[in-house]
Amino acid sequence: MNYLWSLVTDFGTQLRSLWMVFSHGFRKRDTLQYPEQKVNAPPRYRGRIVLTRDPDGNERCVACNLCAVACPVGCISLQKAESADGRWYPEFFRINFSRCIFCGMCEEACPTTAIQLTPDFELADYKRTSLVYEKEHLLISGPGKYPDYNFYHIAGMAISGKPKGSGQNEAPPIDTKSLLP
Amino acid sequence: MSPELTTILVTVAQGIVILLVAVLVAAYLSWVERRLLAWWQDRYGPNRVGPFGTMQLVADMLKMFFKEDWIPPFADKLTFILAPIVSMSAFMLAFAIIPITPNWFVADLNIGILYFFMLAGLAVYGVLFAGWSSVSKYALLGSLRSTAQSVSYEVFMGLSIMGVVAQAGSFNMIEIVNAQQNIWFIIPQFFGFITFFASGVAVTHRSPFDLPESEAELGAGYHTEYSGMKWGMFFVGEYVGILLVSGLLVTLFLGGWHGPLLPPFVWFMLKISFFIMLFILLRAALPRPRYDQLMSVGWKICLPLTLINLLLTGAIILWQQGGGA
Amino acid sequence: MEIAFYITAAITLYSAVRVVTDTQPVHALLYMVVSLLSIAMIFFIIGAPFAGALEVIVYAGAIMVLFVFVIMLLNLGPGTVKQERAWIEPRIWIGPAILAGGLLIVLSFALGHDNLHPISAVTIDAKQVGIALFGRYLLAVELASVLLLAALVAAWHLGRPTYKR
Repeated sequence: MNYLWSLVTDFGTQLRSLWMVFSHGFRKRDTLQYPEQKVNAPPRYRGRIVLTRDPDGNERCVACNLCAVACPVGCISLQKAESADGRWYPEFFRINFSRCIFCGMCEEACPTTAIQLTPDFELADYKRTSLVYEKEHLLISGPGKYPDYNFYHIAGMAISGKPKGSGQNEAPPIDTKSLLP
Repeated sequence: MSPELTTILVTVAQGIVILLVAVLVAAYLSWVERRLLAWWQDRYGPNRVGPFGTMQLVADMLKMFFKEDWIPPFADKLTFILAPIVSMSAFMLAFAIIPITPNWFVADLNIGILYFFMLAGLAVYGVLFAGWSSVSKYALLGSLRSTAQSVSYEVFMGLSIMGVVAQAGSFNMIEIVNAQQNIWFIIPQFFGFITFFASGVAVTHRSPFDLPESEAELGAGYHTEYSGMKWGMFFVGEYVGILLVSGLLVTLFLGGWHGPLLPPFVWFMLKISFFIMLFILLRAALPRPRYDQLMSVGWKICLPLTLINLLLTGAIILWQQGGGA
Repeated sequence: MEIAFYITAAITLYSAVRVVTDTQPVHALLYMVVSLLSIAMIFFIIGAPFAGALEVIVYAGAIMVLFVFVIMLLNLGPGTVKQERAWIEPRIWIGPAILAGGLLIVLSFALGHDNLHPISAVTIDAKQVGIALFGRYLLAVELASVLLLAALVAAWHLGRPTYKR
């Protein structure tokens, strides 16, 4: 008798799950129809890598090579050069996006917030060689996520027009030859 | 042209049209199934190729045609090639007995439903030899499962519709449909309906009884080694099987083309679509049982149920006839 | 209709011969399935569709499937084919050939006499088969069912759960 009752209830639960699944036909769709409906990726999404400029419009990158060292797949390569006013800048800056895994290590390593990952992920291309981005492809005209940060205003590095000790919150250099405090 | 020749030609043309349409519809079911599964999973499914994705089939066909049709070097070539053909054509041929309207059918056989059992029995060979000739352990395990499953479910599949046959007094499909003018057999033969439905799902290897091709443990089961059009034939064969079992359910239990107001063809199509939808809903909703559970449901629940059903049907028919005499 | 009969009969005979001579067991079984199917075809042709359908359902659809099932599980490799080939020597054929020849003589003798029933166009349907089975041959049916009952009991005995003492 117990067995027969369990048969009936088992059959009933099957019907119930059929009904529950069927009722899902009348619910809101979860799918985003991608090419027509754009994906609203969050601001910290790790997508296409850009090189930003400081608020004055100069390149932030000082070609310290930390991003290239931090990169686990070694997809970044760059060469340091120095401009007449003493600033360092990359002579070339190359990211191979067919190797890049978008881990964001370069962004974490960057001391000048120059290299940043953006929410743009539409990087697909027909040719592998066109996935190698040069500096002119990477460099954007704005400051990215850090609108006020300006490395040369804060750091103690001397460039023409900004001697040592004139950075923000920077004490003037100590004259080691003098005995006065 | 003599009138006999005209009749013969018309009949042959009807047969060809029905079978071609059956294959096309079966192939289209691949799209229908994906759309419906998506619909029940809060998705859209394939909706890109053509309006509402209706041209998805063409894309799939093109892909399948251009795929490499690989035969494993260790396989038994003849049986490897024959297996998908057997698997698809057995169900295709069985479709011939389903009467769509009073005038549209391929064959009006007096053994009717037995012809379906013949071909369902032969369809097992397709799977069996596919698994054996692949010389691969997953394929072999899949085909062994499928054989055991089909053989044990065909036992009570036959018994489950004997109640219908007894009530209609004939094996002939058209006479069975005509016997349902007043009451559809689903009401007096409810247990026959349930067991036939269960065994129909099992014989076509549809989820939840898709243990022969359960992806999780057997790769793809008996057609693991198949690719290209040979795989496509198994695939279409499965959908023809769904169509066939749905058609049989409609004819045997839901009164075939009978129904008020609408023309017979429309009624048949409505009913068959309902069952196709139900098949897909089963796949969407129910988990796959364990193999021993499958067997014990077959032998310990469905078989006794059909026997009791047959006994009661026989007793009632005899009682009614005795009351008349 | 006669042409159909002769073609089917030829297929039956050829496949029956191949069942014996094929050394690959699964291929032999395939031929056996074909031969059973063509016998069913002959039943259809001579007007016994019910018997033909049962032939396919029971023999080709169920019994042969179990044969194939067992052979597949035996995992016969190329070694067994070689062994088979070694076993089927000409002298093995002598005994069966003589016996079959005797049968052939009897058959041709019987065919030589004209009192054979012609192939009738009368169709024997399921009802007639049923009446014959449960009328004239009731005892045979009951005996067969007793045999099946014995098989059922034996199967239950073999498959029963092993209880702890």
